[in-house]
Amino acid sequence: MSMIDAGPGRTELSEAGRTIHRHYQQLLRTRRLYSLLALGGVATLLFFALWFANDNNAGKFFDRLPYFFDFFIHFQPDDPFEIVRALFDLPSPYADGSLKYDYEEGRVYLFGSVYLPEYFYQMLVTINIALCATLAGAAMAFVLCFFAATNLVGAGAVRFLVRRLLELMRAFPEIVIAGLLVAILSIGPIAAVVAIFIHTTGALGKLFFEVVENADMKPDEGLRSVGATWLECVRYGMVPQVLPNFVSYALLRTEINVRASTIIGAVGGGGIGEVFRLSLSRDHAAKTYAIIVLLFATILLIDWFSGWLRQRLVGNAAFQFGA
Amino acid sequence: MIQSSLRPAERNALMARHPGVFHKSLFERVWAPAAVAVTAAYFVFCFFFFGVPQVLGDAQWERAGTYMADWVSWEATPRFRFGDEGIDVEWTRSLLGDDPDPDWITQMGENAYAITFGSDTNRVEVAQDQVIAVVDGVEHVVRFADGAAVLPETATDAFALKNGRVTVYYGFAGLAEIRATQVYIRRRFFGWPNFFFDTNSPFFGMSAGEVWTTVTAGPQIEPDRSNLQLAVDEFLTNSEWQHLDVYNKLLQTIVMAFVGTLFAAVVAFPLSFLAARNVTRNRLTNWFTKRSFDLLRSVDMLIWALFFVRGFGPGPIPGIAAIFFTDTGTLGKTSTEAIENIDDKQREGVRSVGASPAAIQRYGVVPQVAPVFLSQVLYFWESNTRSATVIGAVGAGGIGLKLIEAMRTNQDWENVAYMVVLILIVVFVFDNLSNAIRSRLIGSSGH
Repeated sequence: MSMIDAGPGRTELSEAGRTIHRHYQQLLRTRRLYSLLALGGVATLLFFALWFANDNNAGKFFDRLPYFFDFFIHFQPDDPFEIVRALFDLPSPYADGSLKYDYEEGRVYLFGSVYLPEYFYQMLVTINIALCATLAGAAMAFVLCFFAATNLVGAGAVRFLVRRLLELMRAFPEIVIAGLLVAILSIGPIAAVVAIFIHTTGALGKLFFEVVENADMKPDEGLRSVGATWLECVRYGMVPQVLPNFVSYALLRTEINVRASTIIGAVGGGGIGEVFRLSLSRDHAAKTYAIIVLLFATILLIDWFSGWLRQRLVGNAAFQFGA
Repeated sequence: MIQSSLRPAERNALMARHPGVFHKSLFERVWAPAAVAVTAAYFVFCFFFFGVPQVLGDAQWERAGTYMADWVSWEATPRFRFGDEGIDVEWTRSLLGDDPDPDWITQMGENAYAITFGSDTNRVEVAQDQVIAVVDGVEHVVRFADGAAVLPETATDAFALKNGRVTVYYGFAGLAEIRATQVYIRRRFFGWPNFFFDTNSPFFGMSAGEVWTTVTAGPQIEPDRSNLQLAVDEFLTNSEWQHLDVYNKLLQTIVMAFVGTLFAAVVAFPLSFLAARNVTRNRLTNWFTKRSFDLLRSVDMLIWALFFVRGFGPGPIPGIAAIFFTDTGTLGKTSTEAIENIDDKQREGVRSVGASPAAIQRYGVVPQVAPVFLSQVLYFWESNTRSATVIGAVGAGGIGLKLIEAMRTNQDWENVAYMVVLILIVVFVFDNLSNAIRSRLIGSSGH
């Protein structure tokens, strides 16, 4: 901070001023030292983490890097229109009876000759998984959050139990729930719905009760003063205040859950994730790119739509992400 | 009641004074029930869209109980074979060591055994010509005819006959499958068997005190290793629980989240200055950087992960890369929004004293956005510690892959439970760590 130094041509500081300046410099030095130490600590950690990661990887980073783009060079559809054909399940001129070009196979006929292309159908499955899980999870979190808020139930056993329950639901690995259900119900979307639902309940429950705790308690006081029950206080004093924020968080969660349901899909939940994993591992370039295009467009669309909806509901405040 | 004490005139006056409360618009009255109705209708649609009735009908519910029980319990499975010279006791994949002699099996005479299921009133007595199953103190005699077991006439709900085998169920304690050639016992116990040392270890079967005295004062078991070192090695290489491998995979997952988030933060922060229109006054640069963020963000983490697995093989590198790519996009986007929403007065102040362009950003912008950004980064770190598990399952290595492998066998659910416990501990520790760092750096008022 050279600006503060009394350089030549500037007014000399008084004795008191110099003392303050000296103290300030001292403070600055300690702060810089601490920052440097923290930075050094993080850098050391990072170094060991990188070494560990490289050591434990099947292919070593610098050995594999030159060949990394080989994959993209070899992984190309026969012509760009193949991607379009794969996306819309149109017959391919390269068809040779193999799985690679069987685009028409997956058509889902709605009525007559009107069909939904396979990947659009799978995308719908994935979106439905996310939507179903988010709605159910938000409803569950809505019910639970009021019992976890200190300003509504105090700091007793109820709050403790509900909070621990929410923490457990949030931290429990989704793939274990999905895996267990897949073992019982066989591969399908229900396992994914339940797994995401449980995580969503935990994650939204935490955000919800924080909103409730930050709410204005005056409506609640007013209602209590005219003899309203606890339930009525929550219904008329709390819910109208917190609902816009709840909806905003739930919409954000929908975006996150669409991504989560693709990933869970790849490990046995069905939907677009499963199809993508298969087409990539079977080296079907056109199909893979078609799914990427579809996923990209869908996620962009959902992000944009949910952003627009959030802005309408709670205004610009909703864009401050947080927690 | 209060309503009854209001006179009609008062009531009308009140209603006239607050028309907004008593005469709501159609939308105001209808939206809440309509939303509930639409949601309910949507659930009904999903119910059939996902084929719930069929899936639930085909589900193998009996598995659910066994798998859940496997989380916290284990089974000993001895077979009592009827040979020409008597009854042979055979142990397959014994968790009790080479030559077990548990106290729930008692030899009663030359060729007779009794197996108790929890208490003396529930036991199976195996003899050469007949098997007596005692359920809740009542004796049921199972005899053999034409190479098959015969269901006793006194059989209760605890008995089942299938393919010439009589199965006696003792609830959680286990079951006995009586065949003409053998009696197969499945005896279930609470706990994780051989958690510390497997059956091949010299420490197998020792109590904690015995292990302690062996390590501190006992004779050296192996010449080239101290007993303590041996004990640690035996624990880590336990063939049932694979502690070392599990810890290694868990560390890989932690590393993925840490490195991925850190790299994303380091790259996204400077780039967001290029993307913010109030800092970089070049529409093309703004547009290009923002669209790059969108691209990184909208290509799913799954896609990045699978692509990098193809490139670098399974392990933490694809996981790091996947988290790095997606989170550069997301962190870049939020950070750009934070910069674009800053209070411009600080920058003007710094500029008015003749600071260089770099100093303007450093002292006019960074102090405003750093707390928001740091809070975001810490939040992402927390959440990535969780999502790295899932990413691992699609091939990026780490604990996720190990979990999926353990679940596929459908037999190692106790290992799954162990890993889940470890993951829960890690998530709680890192949540608290991140909260501590957050309140240390930006005060507890932050998110």
